[in-house]
Amino acid sequence: MAKYLLLKHYRGAPAAVNDVPMDQWTPEEISAHVQYMNDFAARLEKSGEFVDGQALAPEGAWVRYDGEGRPPVTDGPFAETKDLIAGWMVIDVDSYERAVELAGELSAAPGAGGKPIHEWLEVRPFLGAAPRDAECLFHG
Amino acid sequence: MDEALLRSLTPSVLTILVRRGADFAAAEDAVQDALVEAVRVWPTDPPRDAKGWLVTVAWRKFLDQVRADSARRRREDLVDEEPAPGSAPDVDDTLQLYFLCAHPSLTPSSAVALTLRAVGGLTTRQIAQAYLVPEATMAQRISRAKRTVSGIRFDQPGDVATVLRVLYLVFNEGYSGDVDLAAEAIRLTRQLAATIDHPEVAGLLALMLLHHARRASRTAPDGSLVPLAEQDRGRWDTASIAEGVRILQAALARDRLGEFQAQAAVAALHADALSAEETDWVQIVEWYDELARLTDSPIVRLNRAVAVGEADGPRAGLAALAALDDSLPRYTAAAAYLHERAGDLPTAARLYAEAAQKAPDLAERDYLTRQAARLNTRHRHRH
Repeated sequence: MAKYLLLKHYRGAPAAVNDVPMDQWTPEEISAHVQYMNDFAARLEKSGEFVDGQALAPEGAWVRYDGEGRPPVTDGPFAETKDLIAGWMVIDVDSYERAVELAGELSAAPGAGGKPIHEWLEVRPFLGAAPRDAECLFHG
Repeated sequence: MDEALLRSLTPSVLTILVRRGADFAAAEDAVQDALVEAVRVWPTDPPRDAKGWLVTVAWRKFLDQVRADSARRRREDLVDEEPAPGSAPDVDDTLQLYFLCAHPSLTPSSAVALTLRAVGGLTTRQIAQAYLVPEATMAQRISRAKRTVSGIRFDQPGDVATVLRVLYLVFNEGYSGDVDLAAEAIRLTRQLAATIDHPEVAGLLALMLLHHARRASRTAPDGSLVPLAEQDRGRWDTASIAEGVRILQAALARDRLGEFQAQAAVAALHADALSAEETDWVQIVEWYDELARLTDSPIVRLNRAVAVGEADGPRAGLAALAALDDSLPRYTAAAAYLHERAGDLPTAARLYAEAAQKAPDLAERDYLTRQAARLNTRHRHRH
């Protein structure tokens, strides 16, 4: 019973095996891909493991505090930013192995030629909010 | 209206329906519907016989469902002739329900969800909120769990150990949403202890009570973790400690030691110390030795190493630690602590920071980061 983030990158992940940009696919291939993603989410909901799934626009801005009484400074987007998140799925599963298994299935989504993309997905565990069982160790 | 009292009737009402011939999944839904109805109706129109009311309403809900499903055969069998009000189920029936909900064919998360609903009487929404997942996801998890156990005979004997593991998981989840899962786990374990005479059930109940007794002192107002040694012992719940110790002593007297009794014994020794300095670490090490024999768990050996560090000094603790696999969870945190006790502050600071990177939850990470920061600040001030 732990939550994991399956993170999909526009940029920054190692190159996929079937690494053809989506705009080079046929419309049918795009439909098949979208269908696969929807089916995957629906399947996770059925298995009681789905928490959340979101996609992000590729373009964003950098924002920071600029001192008392001033509006925040915005900048970017920077084309050279190495890491660009495309979207995520949050799952609640019984084990890390299960999280990896599901990420593997998600990475099999079809792309160009109807073949699996073999896209690299990042699997990140959530930090729980509450300490479990930690008290005794810290005597302790 | 006492919701806990209402929910405590859940298992017996459910088992009555099952004994009348309802299948488990449908009966469980019907009982949920009856609980919802009770929450709605009872505040203005409290029943004289709460359980009788629930059985009647749940049975009617079950029949409504059977009709809605137009299951003709069942209807002919069941509708026209409502059985005589069932006698109270014997305690074994409630026990069967625990076994079924913790059946080994279920994954831990399914067993937990099903136990909380079918035995605990919590709603799907409450369970979903407690585990921070969408209600639809939890509903699916529960209905899948019910399908998984649908072929299992209700009167099949089960293994108490699987039930205890499920209850322990619930207890460790702590508190989120509007359901206090730790308190719920205690309630369910107490109820289980009333149905079966088993020293490990008593051991788990004692362990939970002893841990729960310290809850108020375990976190600072800002939510940060307070280690045992720094806790305000005046805030420990003495009634809960006394009950835990009493239950544990009765269990230990049976001379059938198990892992929960041994863990509870460690907790009792902590509870017994008026100050951290008065803790009987020698006895705690002995209990960890027992635990290591019982479970062969590497976590136990890690805890033992820290206890050895208190009983025989940090060097001895570090030596015990050196024999263990350094990839164990919290190994680095334990090493940091023992190095600090041994006076090697730079190493301790480095290890605390490293342990923070590996911490499994926020409170622990922040605690470890603060430990590193504390040592680093002291170090800077000296130079």
